[in-house]
Amino acid sequence: MFRKLEPSTREVSILVSGQRVEVPANANLACALLAAGVQLTRVSPVSGAPRLPYCMMGVCFDCLATIDGIPNRQTCLESVREGMIVEIQDGKAQYMHEASLGDYE
Amino acid sequence: MKDAHVNLAIIGAGPAGMSAALRAKQFGLSVAVFDEQPTPGGQIYRDVMRSRSQKLQHVLGADYAAGKNIAQPFLDAGIDYYPGSTVWRVAPGELSWTSKSGSGELLADRILAATGAMERPFPIGGWTLPGVMTAGAAQILLKLDGVVADDAVFIGCGPLLYLIVNQYLEAGVKVRALLDTAPGTNWFRAAKHVAGALCSPSYLMKGLKLLSNIQSSGVPYYSGVESVRIMGTTKVAGVHWNDGRRDFSLECENVFLHQGIIPNINLTMAARCDHHWDDLQACFRPVVDPFGRTSCDWLVCAGDGAGIVGARSAALSGEIAALAIMHDLGFLKAADFRRETVPLLRLRRKDQRIRPFLDARYLPLARFRSPTDPQVTICRCEEVRREEISRALSEGCPGPNQFKSFTRAGMGPCQGRMCGNTVVESFCADTGSSPDAVGYYRLRMPVKPVTIAEIGGL
Ligand SMILES: Cc1cc2nc3c(=O)[nH]c(=O)nc-3n(C[C@H](O)[C@@H](O)[C@H](O)COP(=O)(O)OP(=O)(O)OC[C@H]3O[C@@H](n4cnc5c(N)ncnc54)[C@H](O)[C@@H]3O)c2cc1C
Ligand code: FES
Repeated sequence: MFRKLEPSTREVSILVSGQRVEVPANANLACALLAAGVQLTRVSPVSGAPRLPYCMMGVCFDCLATIDGIPNRQTCLESVREGMIVEIQDGKAQYMHEASLGDYE
Repeated sequence: MKDAHVNLAIIGAGPAGMSAALRAKQFGLSVAVFDEQPTPGGQIYRDVMRSRSQKLQHVLGADYAAGKNIAQPFLDAGIDYYPGSTVWRVAPGELSWTSKSGSGELLADRILAATGAMERPFPIGGWTLPGVMTAGAAQILLKLDGVVADDAVFIGCGPLLYLIVNQYLEAGVKVRALLDTAPGTNWFRAAKHVAGALCSPSYLMKGLKLLSNIQSSGVPYYSGVESVRIMGTTKVAGVHWNDGRRDFSLECENVFLHQGIIPNINLTMAARCDHHWDDLQACFRPVVDPFGRTSCDWLVCAGDGAGIVGARSAALSGEIAALAIMHDLGFLKAADFRRETVPLLRLRRKDQRIRPFLDARYLPLARFRSPTDPQVTICRCEEVRREEISRALSEGCPGPNQFKSFTRAGMGPCQGRMCGNTVVESFCADTGSSPDAVGYYRLRMPVKPVTIAEIGGL
């Protein structure tokens, strides 16, 4: 279980999978989700296994979620905003892949 | 935006990127710095400018606070800084970036990749379960919002792991256990580098103090750990391990893994500059001259992204790279270039004397880099297991790049960052070839996944 060492001075509320959650203003989103006890941010595309943020530095992509309607956002690279809407990412990340992008050289 | 032009575009606002920017700005170059994090600092100084309570400042320590001495001047210097902006494409003379508020292209005479390091993948059974994070991630949670987990088990080896456990102890957070995987046999490898380590007494003392603090703290400390498995079905339930003599197990909810750091090579690889395998650090790194010049004349590389050197040398190499770029662009005469760089090169050499010892002492066991258990997941995104390498080999798959099309390993959103090293070392283990011979995934732009909308916004 994650917890905050010190109480936050100011909180904002965000919506996580339809539930209202109070989080520290200016918090990193992945950090706030973990501290709020969220059980998963993403369901893996192949086996459907639950995932939570792993690296917190933008390299693993296990923190992907839909934020304010935009899918595939790395929550570890986002800051919370009052009223932000976060949905669990279910299934494949719908990114453009190298094949569809072609060689950008 | 498309026509904007600078002399130097820097990717990464860690110690290397910030130091390079300050030097270049001081000599009158136009500079732009991009970092996907919302604040400057890079990994070591992550969010260093945030105001914190006395207690948290104390927990994070003086080495962390020292980052303000680079980040504050960086913010004050009037440098064109793009926080929260990911560079997804680099090419000779230009780059493309995207952020929440927009995207664009920038023309640049030179590009400096100061993209840093990431933690070495730690492919063991159960490492994809919720509740497992890297120890670096645990430290980031502490740095960002003072968030901690009680009763966590830390597993792995290396100075950074011991630092983070110390920070937890300093914060008064209960640590369930530290399972140390540093192989005892590494002492033989490290012995020949002891003289260098002794030339760096302050680093050595700091390291010894980190370990002795842990051992005297009463935290259960298990050394010589040779195999580990994280138990659980939908989240972590516990850990099983063996130290070559006995089996152990513990129940826990959080596990933090760490076995050193390796360069973040996706950008330099996609730029197609030459890379080679570093045996001591067991990773690929771009081939660079002492000033950070790569085999592509438009791309220079500094900091941990060019091979692990640590924060102090990362900052020095940023300055050195900036001077080389100014020289190559005609802003600095050869004599001035020499005068400016000689003392910096000397400082970096001195700072690096302990490095071979650290590399040798904390090189993880082969089986933690390339798992022997066929069921272990090696590619987290596409959930490819270790056994699929053996299967692909038997079907004639020659190496990592072809393995991608065999299994989709490396084709998920992380673009091979979480599996590249493991796949390379597993191919080597199964075939007896060298990493330079088996090669890496062939990476392309975009170096971070982007959406059509982001490209369309150009
Ligand atoms: C998680 C972690 C924690 C660490 N903590 C410590 C510590 O406490 N003490 C210590 O001594 N060492 C630590 N290190 C080691 C670290 O590598 C330092 O030596 C130092 O941060 C290296 O500096 P750098 O400037 O080379 O790179 P970094 O500080 O890593 O900076 C690189 C920057 O580049 C940015 N970046 C990368 N790719 C892109 C892109 N495509 N677009 C935009 N931005 C990009 C990143 O966001 C990052 O901010 C840590 C390493 C890691 C991975
Ligand atoms: S937690 Fe790894 S990318 Fe966000």
